[in-house]
Amino acid sequence: MLIVYPWTQRFFDSFGNLSSPTAIIGNPKVRAHGKKVLSSFGEAVKNLENLKATYSKLSELHCEKLHVDPENFRLLGDILVIVLAAHFTKDFTPACQATWQKLVGVVAHALAYKYH
Amino acid sequence: AMLTADDKKIIAQLWEKVAGHQDEFGNEALQRMFTAYPQTKTYFPHFDLQHGSAQIKAHGKKVAAALVEAVNHIDDIAGALSKLSDLHAQKLRVDPVNFKFLGHCFLVVVAIHHPSALTPEVHASLDKFLCAVGTVLTAKYR
Repeated sequence: MLIVYPWTQRFFDSFGNLSSPTAIIGNPKVRAHGKKVLSSFGEAVKNLENLKATYSKLSELHCEKLHVDPENFRLLGDILVIVLAAHFTKDFTPACQATWQKLVGVVAHALAYKYH
Repeated sequence: AMLTADDKKIIAQLWEKVAGHQDEFGNEALQRMFTAYPQTKTYFPHFDLQHGSAQIKAHGKKVAAALVEAVNHIDDIAGALSKLSDLHAQKLRVDPVNFKFLGHCFLVVVAIHHPSALTPEVHASLDKFLCAVGTVLTAKYR
């Protein structure tokens, strides 16, 4: 996401060197943040019946403290789908992709839900 | 977005891998788009949209041919796709958001068939290229 949509770097001034794809790929803060984000996704998958509640505080945080335009959640969701496609190749069937598109959509929606 | 010289080089290189498979990629991208974004089916009420549809295959071939044209005339995509742009503006009037969906599905197909070729840099250039094609096709809408 930081490479493909470089304007998303605007939220990560504290991450140090994001000056090139090589720098981004090797950046330990990026790696740590990727871990954080995907772990949170894991929580979503475990709480699919209750996503808005699960993400309530995170939503408030992204609005009030982080000031992230929810469009960015959509961008990251699409990147995740492509990463999954490259990782799972043929197993990432059209039906699988369709379900994951829905999942990233509802996660993005839940993260944006508390915005005001 | 403007395609840089690097973007164009990267796309030409990637296309060497795609060439020969572009019809199948076009077919698969459409199938994935219809599955993941069912609202896109509204533009094809006259099609059989079942899996394996000959009409989707034929249409995938058309889409692929247009992408090939764009790659082969990457310095003037607007010129190369001018008639197609007219068609979309005057007759088809596909809402612009849908080009993003198809472009995304095309990226997914490339990721599946050429995972190691789709580095972040190649992904970025290909995404820019597909956006540029979508922009050209909707440029005359208003």
